[in-house]
Amino acid sequence: MSKSTAALAIGSIITLCLLGIWIGQNVNFLPVDASTNATVYDELFKALFSIGSILFFGMVGLVVYSLVRFRRKPGEKGDGLAIEDNLPLEILWTAIPTIVILFVGLYSYDIYDRMGGMQSLQTSAHHDHQEMESIQKIWGGIGSGSIDSTNKNLKDSIPIEVTAMQFAFLFHYPEGDILSGELHVPVDKPISMRMESKDVIHAFWVPEFRIKQDVIPGQPTILNFTPTKTGKYPIICAELCGPYHGGMRSTVVVENENDYQAWHEKNSKVSVTSS
Amino acid sequence: MTISIPPSSSDQSKKLQPEGWLRYFSFSLDHKVIGIQYLVCGFIFYLIGGALASAIRIELVSPISDFMPRDVYNQVLTLHGTIMIFLWIVPVVNGAFGNYLIPFYVGARDMAFPRLNAVAFWMIPPAGLLLISSYFINGAAQSGWTAYPPLSITTPAAGQLIWILSVLLLGGSSIFGGINFIATILKLRRPGLRLMQLPMYCWAILGTSILVVLSTPVLAGTLVLLSFDIVAHTGFFNPTLGGNVVVYQHLFWFYSHPAVYIMVLPAFGLVSEILPVHSRKPLFGYTTMVYSIMAIVVLGFLVWAHHMFTSGTPPWMRLFFTIATSFIAVPTGIKFFNWVATLWGGKISINSAVLFSCGFIVNFVLGGITGVALAQVPFDVHAHDTYFVVAHFHYIVYGGSVFVIFSSIYHWYPKFTGRMLNDSIGKLHFALTFIGFNLCFAPQHWLGLNGMPRRVAEYDPQFIFFNQISSVGALIMAISTLPFLWNVINSAFTGPLAGDNPWSALTPEWLTSSPPPIENWEGEAPLVSKPYGYGENPEKPNLTSNILSDQSNSDSEEDEVKK
Repeated sequence: MSKSTAALAIGSIITLCLLGIWIGQNVNFLPVDASTNATVYDELFKALFSIGSILFFGMVGLVVYSLVRFRRKPGEKGDGLAIEDNLPLEILWTAIPTIVILFVGLYSYDIYDRMGGMQSLQTSAHHDHQEMESIQKIWGGIGSGSIDSTNKNLKDSIPIEVTAMQFAFLFHYPEGDILSGELHVPVDKPISMRMESKDVIHAFWVPEFRIKQDVIPGQPTILNFTPTKTGKYPIICAELCGPYHGGMRSTVVVENENDYQAWHEKNSKVSVTSS
Repeated sequence: MTISIPPSSSDQSKKLQPEGWLRYFSFSLDHKVIGIQYLVCGFIFYLIGGALASAIRIELVSPISDFMPRDVYNQVLTLHGTIMIFLWIVPVVNGAFGNYLIPFYVGARDMAFPRLNAVAFWMIPPAGLLLISSYFINGAAQSGWTAYPPLSITTPAAGQLIWILSVLLLGGSSIFGGINFIATILKLRRPGLRLMQLPMYCWAILGTSILVVLSTPVLAGTLVLLSFDIVAHTGFFNPTLGGNVVVYQHLFWFYSHPAVYIMVLPAFGLVSEILPVHSRKPLFGYTTMVYSIMAIVVLGFLVWAHHMFTSGTPPWMRLFFTIATSFIAVPTGIKFFNWVATLWGGKISINSAVLFSCGFIVNFVLGGITGVALAQVPFDVHAHDTYFVVAHFHYIVYGGSVFVIFSSIYHWYPKFTGRMLNDSIGKLHFALTFIGFNLCFAPQHWLGLNGMPRRVAEYDPQFIFFNQISSVGALIMAISTLPFLWNVINSAFTGPLAGDNPWSALTPEWLTSSPPPIENWEGEAPLVSKPYGYGENPEKPNLTSNILSDQSNSDSEEDEVKK
């Protein structure tokens, strides 16, 4: 290989890497980040997007370059070079994906840990009220026992019981015995949800929180999160649950502490008198 | 020890088989006829599945459910998935090309078990008709191709039961085919032909058949239990009777993740046959290709629970399956680098077969990258069950497998029919398919990340624009079928004669007439010890020298075997 081609190859690899990193940092494919999970998630997404862009545009570049550079010209006869293998080269491109995969794996483990995925379920707020045997049965979604940046104690988290059915979510607040079709949560407070389905499998998904957990009949699941931005976000059922699956939506209202308290007081009174 | 099969002791069997066009509608035992039967039958189901896909895209032009009733929409998406997987891609990449090519590649006159082979094919049309007819009985299954309970237990039973019966038949056909391929590749090789001299497609089919034989019975057992839950009100998966719905998911994905490799490994093999011929270069890194196929087979069994990251799985299980799934990218990556290295320095004829194969590389790389991303638990909890996943797996099964099927049809059509396809129309077909496909599925990545779940008939109005682009892409894909159909039908009658070996290829199927005679060769099967020996004789790029030298090699090897 001559010096100029080597320089050209190295130059294009560097350009490719810079392009990939730029794409990862600047092209935003995600909605607003409105929970502690979401910021961590977006960090992982940017890294994966950069790596993916470098690999994708690199491979496309190689294929297109080969097709143009090594195409058979009119009237040309004969075969290409009889190269059957090249051990150093093959070791190189076994090593590249291995290293990328190891990096991605370790990095996503770190992200997973920061989301609280590795925490034991015992830290969940519900367990104060549960019997031991039911603790054994509960399965955690990601963010179970999630630790937010301000390091609040999980005992402060607000417990909410979620019931999913064809085709609605129902939210029950044990404190104040509120039953609501809309999820109201205060900003910057950890929430701990215990979810169970009455009929088929549903899934609780808030894209802006970057969390999803199936809601399963006969098998309670736990999902914890801490919203960080006030606003209204959609709650979407993400598991095919019947004809009206597409219409099974609700809203989560993230509001500041005062508004939440006002909502809570107003509704818990109603709830108390009616019951 | 392999036994050489003497030619034409078979006047009797020739007379038993119908001849002419009628044999394609008969219980023919000829592997080439069965291969074409698989291919044409699969393509008819592809057109049906494609029509269903078009119905889905029409429904999604507007954000409200207005084109068809909601339960019909769920039936349509269930049928679309089931037909495309079990009646189009799996039978075609395995059954069609496997039956046609494998006996040539191992130097045999037919498959190991010709009757079993014919039975395996003839299970498919009734199973397919049964599946489609369920729509007219009491509504087809409407719980998706995954048929998760309790939804599959609570939706109308007739459609779901017919769906189970049909998938059981198709699974049985697949198992029969797998057993036949394993026996043929391992036991029917021409004397002197060693395993490491086989064309790569043999390795792909061997690996795939191992997956089929080991994993399909698990699906069959699972579906039988599911049918008990529906008919006999047992409680295997029914939570109201103490059953566990997540167990079903484990069992289902134990088959259905390997099923992805059952759809793509043969495609990898086919591309490995096509690229060397048209770039006039040996397949790069044969040995690493073989090992990477087998690595994918082994790892393919250890990744199923990555479909269940949001189902409620313990943390250790999520980590294990993340790591196992990610590592499949390593052997897969090797193959892609090897294909690019095969192109590199070649003299590539830019024809429809090469374009579809290169289109496959580009699409599959994107599908593979999104696949590695989805394998990461923290990434998956957001993207799972959204249109991002829909985009990902269509890049794998359409951008991957279906592009390879088209590439293979352009490559082997001269062998099948003895006539050439029109390459200009082929390039038009490629351009329309590639543009339509990417227009249809690329925007779905964004849709999924921004909050559109899969399998919905209605969606948030903010997603109208990208859904309409996607539907335009689907329309272009539908249109792209027309020039292809015209090309294959018209060329069968009026295409220029191809001759025995229009591509000057070295693999054994080209070393006989086009179309090949019954029992494949007039005389002794040639021994091709270097199926990719391009460029070894740059003065005269023709085959005779290569093959003759192999013949002399073979004698000495046979002697070795005898000793």
